[in-house]
Amino acid sequence: MNRALDEAMSRRVPALYWVRARLFSTWTSSLATLAVLYFSLKIIPPLIDWAFVRAVWSPQNASLCRESIGQGACWAFVADKYRFILFGTFPADQHWRPALVIAVLIALYALSTLRGVRGSRLVTLWLTGMAAIGVLMWGGLFGLIYVENERWGGLTLTLLLATFGIACAFPLSILLALGRRSDMPLVRWLCISYIELIRGVPLISVLFMASVMLPLFLPAGVSIDKLLRAQLAMILFAAAYLAEVVRGGLQAIPRQQEEAAQALGLTYWQRTRYVILPQALRISIPPLVNTFIGFFKDTSLVVIIGLFDFLTTIKVSLTEPAWTGFGVEAYLFAAIGYFLFCCPMSRYSQALERQNAPGRGVPMLREN
Amino acid sequence: MAVTVGIAAWYFISNAVENLLTRRIASGFGFLTREAGFEIGETTILAYDAADTYLKSLAVGLLNTLRVAALAIVFSTLLGVLMGFSRLSLNWLLAKIAAGYVEVMRNVPLVVQLFFWYAVITESLPAPAEALSPVPGVFLSNRGFAFPILAAGTPIKLDYPVLSGFNFSGGALLSPEFAALLLGLTLYTAAFIAEIVRAGILSVDRGQFEAAYSLGLNQPQVMRLVILPQALRVIVPPISSQYLNCTKNSSLAVAIGYPDLVSIANTTINQTGQAIEGIAIIMIVYLTISLAISGFMNWYNRRFALRGIKP
Repeated sequence: MNRALDEAMSRRVPALYWVRARLFSTWTSSLATLAVLYFSLKIIPPLIDWAFVRAVWSPQNASLCRESIGQGACWAFVADKYRFILFGTFPADQHWRPALVIAVLIALYALSTLRGVRGSRLVTLWLTGMAAIGVLMWGGLFGLIYVENERWGGLTLTLLLATFGIACAFPLSILLALGRRSDMPLVRWLCISYIELIRGVPLISVLFMASVMLPLFLPAGVSIDKLLRAQLAMILFAAAYLAEVVRGGLQAIPRQQEEAAQALGLTYWQRTRYVILPQALRISIPPLVNTFIGFFKDTSLVVIIGLFDFLTTIKVSLTEPAWTGFGVEAYLFAAIGYFLFCCPMSRYSQALERQNAPGRGVPMLREN
Repeated sequence: MAVTVGIAAWYFISNAVENLLTRRIASGFGFLTREAGFEIGETTILAYDAADTYLKSLAVGLLNTLRVAALAIVFSTLLGVLMGFSRLSLNWLLAKIAAGYVEVMRNVPLVVQLFFWYAVITESLPAPAEALSPVPGVFLSNRGFAFPILAAGTPIKLDYPVLSGFNFSGGALLSPEFAALLLGLTLYTAAFIAEIVRAGILSVDRGQFEAAYSLGLNQPQVMRLVILPQALRVIVPPISSQYLNCTKNSSLAVAIGYPDLVSIANTTINQTGQAIEGIAIIMIVYLTISLAISGFMNWYNRRFALRGIKP
């Protein structure tokens, strides 16, 4: 509605009319505009003063931070700890490796949005990318020194947890979604109870399960390290949510498609592979991106089981005597970090949705 | 298929039994009647001290979960509806502010927001002696929020918080943990509700607006009599799943030290080593809450659904 009005206005009438129509159309609207302006004037200048003008930027003068508490922000904290926040405890002389991994991951995301990269090309791209990431992170090949995964951390770990989590959960979720629609009662029943159970409980309980309960279920002598356990929990969790997205796509395919494929004599797996899934997955892309955003944000929960991801490294840096008491700045920085990744993805899924269903402008809903 | 599932289940269970035996961990829910031995910072209806049983400590945790979730659901619905309407407002400033709010809240993880609000309350607010008082009788300090409540008795009067020693007494005091959790949960959930409300209203065909206006109804009437009854059918199902999310998200309390169910179950697991039982309790409780909320929302939805059309 607003956009149509805007367009009509901008074509025909000068700015003053726009101001009247969009800021002072009725007395309630005028009141709202004035209230917003009043509060902006009261809040924004002191905020700019705190965040920029009086802020302390250089890590050399941490003592200056203490003196200006309440007057200026202490960005020196970020300047001092940024390597730890980006790369965790990865050996300092090898920091180019996780830095390259972050670049590769961002490039992979960006390439995946291209129209030409679909289907088998997309799969090849990701498999190559993930192999390269594995080599860069672990090393041990091509003269790179070996780095055990206890030393991975920071933003790199957050990106890896989210990316590998979704990549592994996706095939599993397709099986779950197909299983949920299966004619075999046992399969259907198992898939439904799995999906509903996982979706009914908080992620923390699944993470706790992986960190304290999983070791009990393994034979004596076998142990899985903490990172892998958390990653496993994230995969199992994401699979249940993705399965519902894929099911949404499957349900949108008309029955006739299935029947036509059957009439051609294709087997169940052939029908699924060549007829149903390609269509269903294409419809599911925007909600899949949304699920990925939710999942990306959810990786921050590993702070509770003590994995050194982006958020945990920030939290841990705050416990250093020099930087205690600067939580506001630190978490503001964390928020900006997550926002920089989530916002473009959110814009991308909105753009896709608009392409698929132009016109009404009813927004697609995000679950989390 | 059935055989494979059976074998896998048997394998894991036999491993678990063996591990529990070698680690000398008891099994079963007998521990619930034993003495818990830890204090809980925040109790509401149930009185509790360290000499009480694990069962009672978990009940206190559950009540804390329900308290924060219920309040967050109420406040986030109010704020979410306000923001949803603001986004559709003809007023450009309101629409932009609401859009910015939704975008920021949805794209920052809730845990980060909780840490942020907790830091704001405990680091940026002054000590109780210099507490901020935006409204007379309400005090914001680094020890939490104090505000007047209705005191029991006749005649009914307000009980005001007063500064005594290092903190406030009288009135109601929200701990920093509770205040941060409620604030974070409310602001976060409200952003999702705002989008649901906006989508619901936009889903009503434009012809409905035009027809209603041409009947001579004014704007509030159009909304109340024509648009909202239709929009609610679209709004209620996703909003009920947001209420579920809100309840599940309240489990992030453990990150800032508010004693909710998950936090207390976690302490219980650490003390007794009975991880399987502890996690089973968490899961059963959340599943029950999920079923209860979705049952209630289904009943509510049936009242709004079109007769003769299956949702």
